[in-house]
Amino acid sequence: MTTSPTAPAGATGTLAHPLVRIEGVSRRFGDVVALDEVSLEIAENEFFALLGPSGCGKTTLLRVLAGFEQPDSGRVLLGEDDLLGSPPNRRPVNLMFQSYALFPHMSVERNIAYGLEREGRPKAEIRHRVDEVLVTVGLSGLAKRRPSQLSGGQCQRVALARAIVKRPRLLLLDEPLSALDRKVRAEMQLELKRLQHEVGITFVVVTHDQEEAMSMADRIAVMADGRVQQIAAPIDLYQRPVNFFVADFIGTSNVFTGVAAEGGLRVGDRVLPGRAVNGPVTGPARLVVRPEDTTLVEESQSLVSGRVLETQFYGGVSTVAIVVEGLSEPLLHTRPGVPEAHRDAIVHLAWDPDKAVLLEGTS
Amino acid sequence: MTAGPIAPGRGAARRRALVERTALLGPGLLYLLAFMAIPIALILVYTIFTRGRFGGVVFTPTLDNFTRALDPIYTAVLGSSLAIAGITTTIALLLGYPTAYAIAMLPKRWRTVALILVVLPFWTNFLIRTYAWIVLLNSEGVVNQALVGAGLIDRPLELLYTRGAVVAGLVYAYLPLMILPVYASIERLDPQLREAAANLGAGRARTFFDVTLPLTLPGVITGALFVFVPSLGNFIVPELLGGGKTVMVGNVIRDQFLKARDWPFGAVLALAVIVFLVVLFVLQSWASRRVSTGGRDA
Ligand SMILES: Nc1ncnc2c1ncn2[C@@H]1O[C@H](COP(=O)(O)OP(=O)(O)OP(=O)(O)O)[C@@H](O)[C@H]1O
Ligand SMILES: [Mg+2]
Repeated sequence: MTTSPTAPAGATGTLAHPLVRIEGVSRRFGDVVALDEVSLEIAENEFFALLGPSGCGKTTLLRVLAGFEQPDSGRVLLGEDDLLGSPPNRRPVNLMFQSYALFPHMSVERNIAYGLEREGRPKAEIRHRVDEVLVTVGLSGLAKRRPSQLSGGQCQRVALARAIVKRPRLLLLDEPLSALDRKVRAEMQLELKRLQHEVGITFVVVTHDQEEAMSMADRIAVMADGRVQQIAAPIDLYQRPVNFFVADFIGTSNVFTGVAAEGGLRVGDRVLPGRAVNGPVTGPARLVVRPEDTTLVEESQSLVSGRVLETQFYGGVSTVAIVVEGLSEPLLHTRPGVPEAHRDAIVHLAWDPDKAVLLEGTS
Repeated sequence: MTAGPIAPGRGAARRRALVERTALLGPGLLYLLAFMAIPIALILVYTIFTRGRFGGVVFTPTLDNFTRALDPIYTAVLGSSLAIAGITTTIALLLGYPTAYAIAMLPKRWRTVALILVVLPFWTNFLIRTYAWIVLLNSEGVVNQALVGAGLIDRPLELLYTRGAVVAGLVYAYLPLMILPVYASIERLDPQLREAAANLGAGRARTFFDVTLPLTLPGVITGALFVFVPSLGNFIVPELLGGGKTVMVGNVIRDQFLKARDWPFGAVLALAVIVFLVVLFVLQSWASRRVSTGGRDA
């Protein structure tokens, strides 16, 4: 049975038939507001990613869902049931801990089997499923080892295996792949997507890796200081950020500061073209232009000009850093293939006004 | 690049580490030598000689002391001492573990307060504290008066000068020695392990027996040893609360040295206790190594 996620790309995160509904959840630790009126909905069988800087409350949100943190206020529903009323061991939710929390006195296979044993599954089935998941995470040879005899990346895969082997309705993964090398990580990413599509598990995944979130998630919530900044599909998040924080946090951006004006941003006596994506913008504002949306042009079409600081060639793409008078940071311009400018050359940049986002805010 | 310049440098570093380690260990080693090794060596020597008339030893070798120790009178005393120490340890564990657990679950600043309360009795003299139990337990004592007053019993119970009184006194004396190591091991336990167990479907009891208890076993073993060892050798509590009826091996040893003036025989009994305890310590270190590292499965 393969159902595709029914998540619309809304900025609000409200769905017709959500699996999880988080409504106005707040959690304070003394002076620290870890979660501030967080509301979001997660669709059945969705791959939902949480992105945000360190300390913004991602782990706390997962712990609320798993039942280890009782929110100060707000509601959490799973389907029609009030999740906050049921104890952690009764929730159809599995959490992979950021610090793994493997049982040090149990072997790898006993760690993985533990959750299945608690369900009272037959021994043969447990054996089979543990062996299967060990193959999946590539640790078949290490079944008898203890966690203290494993590397960090191996521990992480055991933790992942222990969480996915139960095939819960809702799987919460706290930075599940952060300790893995590129190749294994790519394999695990495919595996998680397979679980989503073939087993129909709903995922909530915390990650620091934007590319990972962008490539895997159906929708992403960007958080900062305990608040949800934006919930959107990856492309929307990238192209239509609702505020400067999101624009700056996601991907690389060139930022101009000035005052909102007709058709763009007034900087000094010029107007740099751009458009507002979330309603009209007035007063102090910023213009965000992605490096790949810029082009090198003739002087006659120039929007900004500057001197090339350096060029970098990454194989598939190349980046040119350009020092522009009046900007504290060099502008970045990327294009497929080899760089078309060289050091110290004077170059002119332009962009499609539709692709430059005008955002409200002071500098 | 040759290995030449590295090797002597490494050797020097190793030598320096050795010197440092010896310097750190030095005072402790000296202390142990003076107050542990020499007395034990003396005891060992005494065991194979004949008693002197007014204490001390006459250096005529004999094995009589050992054969005498096998006399049922003494093996029975040793056996009942082991039983009393064992019961004491068990009760201390049953009382101490929940207490330690409760303390470890308190908010941080209350933990310190609770721990101070636990060790508070150590600030008073051991004898005085044991005398207090006489006041509690004798036939006109607080406990009996309370029970009679409450109409639960007609006549005062025989509480003092029983094995029960000895066990109660020993538990009271050594309970903190159980609580502290158990507390330390519970406190050190990563709370996320308990959460992980719950997350995987284990209820509270299940989590306790699958995760908390196995991982705090080293603390339990240490605490058990801390209670068992001094209980086994204690002679004050059996004397004051056992009233001479309940004799423990500690009393016999003391009497052999101080009253009967039979040093060699006292030494044999002391040796028996020491051997027993050494075996226990070996078992303990083996067991806690197995438990804590998961025993590298060798
Ligand atoms: N038990 C706690 N006691 C006190 N403060 C806490 C506790 N748990 C979390 N916090 C605070 O709440 C805030 C959010 O923490 P959280 O662990 O959710 O961050 P995070 O987004 O997961 O960060 P990271 O990406 O570094 O894992 C932080 O400021 C943290 O210091
Ligand atoms: Mg975290």
